[in-house]
This record gives sequence, structure tokens and C-alpha cells, in this order.
Amino acid sequence: MIHLTRRYRFCSSHRLHSDHLSAAGNSALYGKCNNPFGHGHDYLLEVSVRGPVDPATGRGADLAALDALVGERILRAFDHRDLNTEVPVFAQLVPTTENLALEIRRRLGQHWSEAFPASWPKLERIRILETKRNRFELRQ
Amino acid sequence: MLITRQVDFSASHVCRNPALSDAENLALYGPASNPHGHGHNFVLEVSLEGEPDPVTGMVFDLKQLKDVLNREVVEPMDHRFLNREVPPFDRVIPTAENITMEIWRRLEPHLNTGRVRLQCVRLRETEDLAVEYLGERP
Repeated sequence: MIHLTRRYRFCSSHRLHSDHLSAAGNSALYGKCNNPFGHGHDYLLEVSVRGPVDPATGRGADLAALDALVGERILRAFDHRDLNTEVPVFAQLVPTTENLALEIRRRLGQHWSEAFPASWPKLERIRILETKRNRFELRQ
Repeated sequence: MLITRQVDFSASHVCRNPALSDAENLALYGPASNPHGHGHNFVLEVSLEGEPDPVTGMVFDLKQLKDVLNREVVEPMDHRFLNREVPPFDRVIPTAENITMEIWRRLEPHLNTGRVRLQCVRLRETEDLAVEYLGERP
């Protein structure tokens, strides 16, 4: 069994604001991230998969299939977008990096079997570096 | 407790299956299938698992670990064309996956001493692709 991690990048803007909180409550909780005009990040997304190495190809995963899946379902939807206004789920849900990771896992899970019709590889971990000082990790 | 040492080596390789056509190899491996080869600055991280020795306070002597990594991996692979100069890559396709597993096989006999065990071999082929092997355990 081999574990393979591929890194991708996307640049998006967002605003952290909860409709369940007052203006003062939002400002206290999210600080600068609550700026009504939004702000952005160069996100680094690491997608890890695991699977047996195919003796014929020497590969644990078809990287072209993974790149196509992430490109189509994540990067095309998120890169150079405003998450709050252009990604429908974030009209209601606060686009924290936690929620972003959950949404990325949901999207990859939904389309996984189209990209990988065989039983391997499996999605193992999603990790997002929002800045170089913080990162968020979700394991399957 | 885990301790990890990093070394790097620069090598060229070709990812190509001789049983497949040029077009199939290109579809499968992309530009890595170019028969003339290409190279990477591979970054290798090796993790050992164990408890600190009560006398030395160390899980494993890092100098000794460096010596093993240099002898078993860096010296044979650094500035080499893996397919032509480093067996078994004359017959095993040197994908990042297969290089990682070969490094595990080379290191394991020297690092499983009873006090520590080889826990992870992690090979970064580029900034955007890393492979980890934790061995085959039940």
C-alpha cells in the first residue's frame, strides 16, 4: 500500500460572517476576516490517496485522473472566485477553511467513482494551508 | 516517539512501460515517458519509531542514521540515471512509488534494530508530489 500526496493551488476571496451572530459578535469572533468587502488567500490544497502499486505501471494512483477530478470539481469552481457569492453552498455556510475542507471532501467523494471506477485508490486525507501559518486537515 | 532525518539526491529517470506503445506511455506517464529521461531533486524523509534510550536520551543516533541513508541511498542514486545505473530499475519502472518502496527495502535491514523500527519512508519528487510507504503490515 502506498500513500500519495498531490498539491494544488487556488486563489479565492471570502468573508467570514455568520447570520446567527450580531455585527459586534461577528467582529469579535472573526476579526479582520469579517471585513464586509472580503479578502483573499493563496490556498494550497493537498489531496492524499492510498492504494496498492499496480505492478504493470508502477503507480499507486492515476495522477492524470486525480488532476482532472480536482481540476474540474475544485479548482474550476474555486480558483479566482469569491467563495461567498460564486460557490452556492457558501451563500448559507460560512466559508471558513474548515467548511471549505468539508465541501472539498464532499465534492471529491461525489465524483470519486467517475474518476476511479476500480476499488483503488481511496481518498485518504485533505489538507488545506490557508496561509503558511495555519492548516486544516480532514481524514477519511 | 518518531524521529525523522532528511537527505536529498538528484537523479534522472524515465517512466515507460516497454510493453506499451509511445502513445499509451504518454497517456499514462505524461512527459515523464520521454525516453531520453529527465531529472528531479528528490527529497527523502525517513522516520524511525522507538523510545529514547535511558542512557543516551536518543531514539537512534542521528549521525548513524545519516550514514545509513548516505551509504544505502544517496551514494548509489545521487547524480545517476536510475533506469541505467541503479538496479532494479533496469526492469522495474522507477516511478516515485517504486523508488520509495526500493528505498524501504534497502533501509529496513539496517534500521530495524529491535530498539527502533523503520516507520515511514517519504519521498518528495517535486513540490507537488510526495509518496509515503509505511511497509506492509497486517
